[in-house]
Amino acid sequence: MKRIYIKEEYCMGCRICEIRCLVQHSKTKNIIKAYKGEYPKPEPKMLVEEKGHLSFALQCRHCEDAPCLEACITGAMRRDKRTGAVLCDEEKCVGCWMCIMVCPFGVISRTKEGRKVASKCDLCNGEDEPVCVKNCPNGAIVCRDE
Amino acid sequence: MAKRPVLQDFVVERDESRCVACQACVRMCSNDVHSYDPETNKVESDSAKCVGCHFCESFCPTKAINIKRSASQFRENANWQYRDIANLVKQAETGGVLLTGMGCDRPYPVYWDHILLNASQVTNPSIDPLREPMELRTYIGRRPDRIQWTVDSGQWTANKKQSSSIQHPASSIQSLLKLEIPIMFSAMSYGSISYNTCVSLARAAREIGTFWNTGEGGLHPDLYEFGKNTIVQVASGRFGVHKDYLETASAIEIKIGQGAKPGIGGHLPGEKVTGDISRTRMIPEGTDALSPAPHHDIYSIEDLKQLIFALKEATRYSKPVGVKIAAVHNVAPIASGVVRAGADYVAIDGLRGGTGAAPLTIRDNVGIPIELAIAAVDTRLREEGIRNQASLIAAGGFRNSADVIKAIALGADTVYIATSALVALGCNLCQKCYTGKCNWGIATQDPYLTKRLNPEIGTQRLVNLLRAWSLEIKEMLGGMGINAIESLRGNREHLRGVGLSDTELRILGIKAAGESW
Repeated sequence: MKRIYIKEEYCMGCRICEIRCLVQHSKTKNIIKAYKGEYPKPEPKMLVEEKGHLSFALQCRHCEDAPCLEACITGAMRRDKRTGAVLCDEEKCVGCWMCIMVCPFGVISRTKEGRKVASKCDLCNGEDEPVCVKNCPNGAIVCRDE
Repeated sequence: MAKRPVLQDFVVERDESRCVACQACVRMCSNDVHSYDPETNKVESDSAKCVGCHFCESFCPTKAINIKRSASQFRENANWQYRDIANLVKQAETGGVLLTGMGCDRPYPVYWDHILLNASQVTNPSIDPLREPMELRTYIGRRPDRIQWTVDSGQWTANKKQSSSIQHPASSIQSLLKLEIPIMFSAMSYGSISYNTCVSLARAAREIGTFWNTGEGGLHPDLYEFGKNTIVQVASGRFGVHKDYLETASAIEIKIGQGAKPGIGGHLPGEKVTGDISRTRMIPEGTDALSPAPHHDIYSIEDLKQLIFALKEATRYSKPVGVKIAAVHNVAPIASGVVRAGADYVAIDGLRGGTGAAPLTIRDNVGIPIELAIAAVDTRLREEGIRNQASLIAAGGFRNSADVIKAIALGADTVYIATSALVALGCNLCQKCYTGKCNWGIATQDPYLTKRLNPEIGTQRLVNLLRAWSLEIKEMLGGMGINAIESLRGNREHLRGVGLSDTELRILGIKAAGESW
């Protein structure tokens, strides 16, 4: 499957990936409306880790042996058979946060506004390339087949 | 009043209706112009700190930022312009020499813009470079005075041994630099530019088949693999010069002067001499890297000759040794002396050549434009009959392919570009290289900033630039009915001057527009 790889040596910590991720997962997909007009406020499904001058973008690794799939009590966490991505069905999620507890990368978070569900990277379902990869200004996030 | 308020050069205009307070500008500006106020959820900008590099503007995801020249103006005065007053205020406050970066930005005439190229019409056919082969290959180095043949058992073979006044059995025409296009990257030292910039230049030079120049900062161990496309410099500070450095390179360049600061040495402040740079320059970490103004062992042409031949001897006469000088008033006789001293090429850096740091007054007031220098040197070397003994490299402010082709028609063998290469990598000529805060990750050693230049992207952009220029050069050559750059070299009949005085036309050696043979 296609996976996202990070090149931390070129990550400048601008967080454009986070911004584009937020917009991609908003209702309108318009950056100004997404930030200024939507409720619940859209949130990025990824994060940029930073310490000193070292930084890198971190998304769900879509692990082969994903602990969140094991931990999910409702079956909301599932693997997409076609793409191999680990996705969260937000309708089924009851907000027990077990997935957050077991995720070894800390890339699952809870939504802050609206219905409280687990929120994670969906590899921009339907897009040719995840928006964080497409919009990284310095080629620090790449998407390629394993 | 003890202190005048800070004069602000730029105004940061923020369109509040578009700004989404994503804080990309806050995180990215190395000059701390932007700040986020969580109480109001707004981003504020302190325009006084802005240097006009336009990084935030090009970065803003909603295009909410617009950097403009400050509208605040003094009473207009043709003699006392804004920059004069601003500089005076800075000096009154600091008592120091004003520093700046990049090349001279004063409105001296740009002769390229007064020179026009020829094209074929009716009497000679033009050539379509898309259908017919075009030759841009260029060789740099000493050519033999005459072609000699020896007949050996009925076979004619070219005698490649040199037969010039400075003859050495081991020097032959084989030690020429081969360039696929007549453009090379000029000297920029590791220290003045970041590691990633050096890597981008080296990789692009290898991909295109040309050369990059280490400047006086030594060659980083990782870059030895690019030796076949590297010219190494031996400058007055002798930083990083050792056996492997000389042997790895394809050519050695003795740097006497630099167009942005003729007669001035260099100074890399100690805070930039970090681990890798100190090892590459072979100086202790944290010490200032001071390049003296003169080479302390070169006080005459004879001394220069000694160094040239010391370097040739050290490398077993296997590679060209060139000399880089700044274009100054007596550049023609100086170049003649340099050629007679045994240099295989002379690089001449004009008034508009760039730098990482130079005193403002030197950069803006010392030297002569490269157009006049190239024409004068080429003429002089031809008159003296020694033009074949050395190649001529023009440097200093080449902005486009037309400048390059005009320089070649004026007599240069090839050109050095550096500012254009940096612009291709992102630089917007804010002239603050000397602060070490380059937002584009070019002229800085701050690990937070150097990451911003990804050498994979940088290499591609430089390759694109050189490819685009070479295509344009081929188009212009074809238009003139020439199929090899060699046929244009020094062919000033293909140039005409507009708006130039008789003296300027005489020095440039070109006819005025409208004059025909």
